[in-house]
Amino acid sequence: MISETGHFALALALCIALVQGTLPLVGAARGHAGLMRLSQSAALAQAAMVTVAFAALTAGYVRSDFSLLNVVENSHSLKPLLYKVTGVWGNHEGSLLLWVLILALHGLAVALLNRGLPLATRARVLAVQGLIAAGFLAFSLFTSNPFARLDPPPADGLDLNPILQDPGLAFHPPFLYLGYVGLSVTFAFAVAALIDGRIDALWARWARPFTLASWIFLTIGIALGSWWAYYELGWGGWWFWDPVENASFMPWLAATALLHSTIVTEKRGALKSWTVLLAILAFSLSLLGTFLVRSGVLTSVHAFANDPERGVFILLLMIVATGGALALYAVRAPKLRPDGLFAPLSREGTLVLNNLFLAAGCFTVLTGTLYPLILDVLDEGSVSVGPPYYELVFVPLMIPLLLLVAFGMLSPWKKSDLAGVLSRLKPLLAISAVAWGLVWWRATDTSPLPAFGIALATWIAGAVVLNHAERVKAFRSPPRDTWRRMRRLPSAAYGMSLAHLGVAVFVAGVTASSAWQSEVIRTMEPGDSQEIAGYTITFEGAATVPGPNYEAERGTFRVAAGERHVAVLEPERRAYFVQPTLTTEAAIHTTWMADIYVVLGEAAGDGRRVVRLYHNPLVPWIWAGTLLMAAGGLASLAGRRPGRGTAPAAAPS
Amino acid sequence: MIRLAALLVVAAALPLQAVEPDEILADPLLEARARALGQELRCLVCPNQSIEDSDAPLARDLRLLLRERIEAGDSDEAALAWIVERYGDYVLLRPPLEIRTLLLWIAPLLALGAGAWIVLTGYRRNRRRAP
Repeated sequence: MISETGHFALALALCIALVQGTLPLVGAARGHAGLMRLSQSAALAQAAMVTVAFAALTAGYVRSDFSLLNVVENSHSLKPLLYKVTGVWGNHEGSLLLWVLILALHGLAVALLNRGLPLATRARVLAVQGLIAAGFLAFSLFTSNPFARLDPPPADGLDLNPILQDPGLAFHPPFLYLGYVGLSVTFAFAVAALIDGRIDALWARWARPFTLASWIFLTIGIALGSWWAYYELGWGGWWFWDPVENASFMPWLAATALLHSTIVTEKRGALKSWTVLLAILAFSLSLLGTFLVRSGVLTSVHAFANDPERGVFILLLMIVATGGALALYAVRAPKLRPDGLFAPLSREGTLVLNNLFLAAGCFTVLTGTLYPLILDVLDEGSVSVGPPYYELVFVPLMIPLLLLVAFGMLSPWKKSDLAGVLSRLKPLLAISAVAWGLVWWRATDTSPLPAFGIALATWIAGAVVLNHAERVKAFRSPPRDTWRRMRRLPSAAYGMSLAHLGVAVFVAGVTASSAWQSEVIRTMEPGDSQEIAGYTITFEGAATVPGPNYEAERGTFRVAAGERHVAVLEPERRAYFVQPTLTTEAAIHTTWMADIYVVLGEAAGDGRRVVRLYHNPLVPWIWAGTLLMAAGGLASLAGRRPGRGTAPAAAPS
Repeated sequence: MIRLAALLVVAAALPLQAVEPDEILADPLLEARARALGQELRCLVCPNQSIEDSDAPLARDLRLLLRERIEAGDSDEAALAWIVERYGDYVLLRPPLEIRTLLLWIAPLLALGAGAWIVLTGYRRNRRRAP
């Protein structure tokens, strides 16, 4: 009965979404206030119905209702409650329902917030959202119904893939969806603006908080995924340039570019046409990612929904949404009022360059991801495009971008002041150069490149500190004055500093972990010790321990630095009962400057074990950096409400 | 949806513990070269994994082959060429530059060039508009 209610609510939500997607548009075109207001009530009702549907499916999982096909295929009565709940979105049908739920909640946010939004704009934004929702609701109902029944019900389920029974992965998808789907709001704002034929600073102020929020969620979502890969896959890697990772990385790159271009639109009324195009492209890349994964066209076997019907449906959705928006853009964009003026080396100028490199990077990732597919379709044989390709072409595109950060932060708006900026950057340049030389010498590397990464991080962090210090006049005015300025500084300024500091920390982490990892792979007997990077790791043996729905072999390793005890590490290999899968749980001791990473391998007879030991310098900085970026976004978001800009004190320095 | 989607199938290939102790060459310099080359080679039966990252039997065979060549005194290029000759270009994770991969390799430059051109014409138009 609960499931039927959910199913019915889902069908009702589709009907409501169709109304939401059409009548308000008519109302906005004819100036009919009643029809325009309908968009709000429809968004509320749609959110309520989808929530009911999602709750119904969750109830099915929590109560282990094995008359539901979806629950049978993805759950088991022995599974811990946490993973019963997260199992709701651990499969195609359920994850689609989560997608629709998040879409509806975003619609709700637009309907409830933005009180100052003109009625017609809100009607159009909500209508576009309604159309997107209708597409996905139809997709869910007609090709991927989560409420399909099974008769007779089996005694127990097939269990959720053990890989997904992990806290990192349990919360990775919802964050990514919040990001993807959040970009649909920006997309809707862009389409509404194109219909309206007007884009101004006010528009940017409404659209930016949503972009910022999606960007934060995408950042956290991607970080969670790579963190999971790091501790679960068992050899300390954290990014593999897999098409599936690229699918989430492309919208992130586009959203990052969009964040920066929206600032220019908001502060200077420029780059309007480009900002709108980026907003359309960012969401289109989310849809493309969905298509690539769902349809199974990737050479990657990553797709779990290898269903041509579903692939075609998403392809159609993508063509209609992207194609429609781009057609509208082609017709309307030339009519947008021309951009404001600015000099090439002003703050805006550097932000344009930022967008240039981010867009080129995004295009490169797109090419690398699609190229094998295109060659395949053209019958030109197969090629593999893997990490070595991206390291060769993507990384060089990011280096100028990172160098640019310092120039952007210190440049004034509107006018060029290259001489002034350079003279302020001189000490920073010296410090970074010294850091480069010092690290190169200390690391005794043959290549100067890893040390250059550290110099780059120093450069960015230095620019952040310099810019922040200048804005509060640190050391140039009495401390009390500095303190007053610090308190007056808008949170957006703190947001910018935090986020770019995060970039610096991230760059340092990536560089050090990829250049200076130490590794020992060997067979150890209980009692054996192994030196690695100044630590002594002693294997004390392995034992079998029971888990709730698995049995684990747990190794015990004692880590010491000289005489000093550091940690006891207990990596596991888990064999799950229902699905015959082995998972490895690496044990990690972090000092924040490095991770000691231990993986228990296969048994090699007589209590001996294959053991993998790693010392990964600065790896925690990768996630600390991404967290800082997200925190910066949050600080920036906290200072603004949709429709209101930052306080007048935010006048750019 | 994306990453998650991945996992159900990858699971079959887990745990992804690649290099085994018995494969490692005694000479650390040769082993380091083998590792670096291994990153360039695709495990042909795996989803986008290098032979270094895969525990598939084929990946192990390729790792052993690669080490044989290196121990026999092959240069990096010769060892790679030897494997490509037997397994085809598909085995290379960084495709060679040829006619059919030309676009792949010049795509970043094209994007950068087109973008730079758009930016420059934008500034030029701006200057004409400016008083």
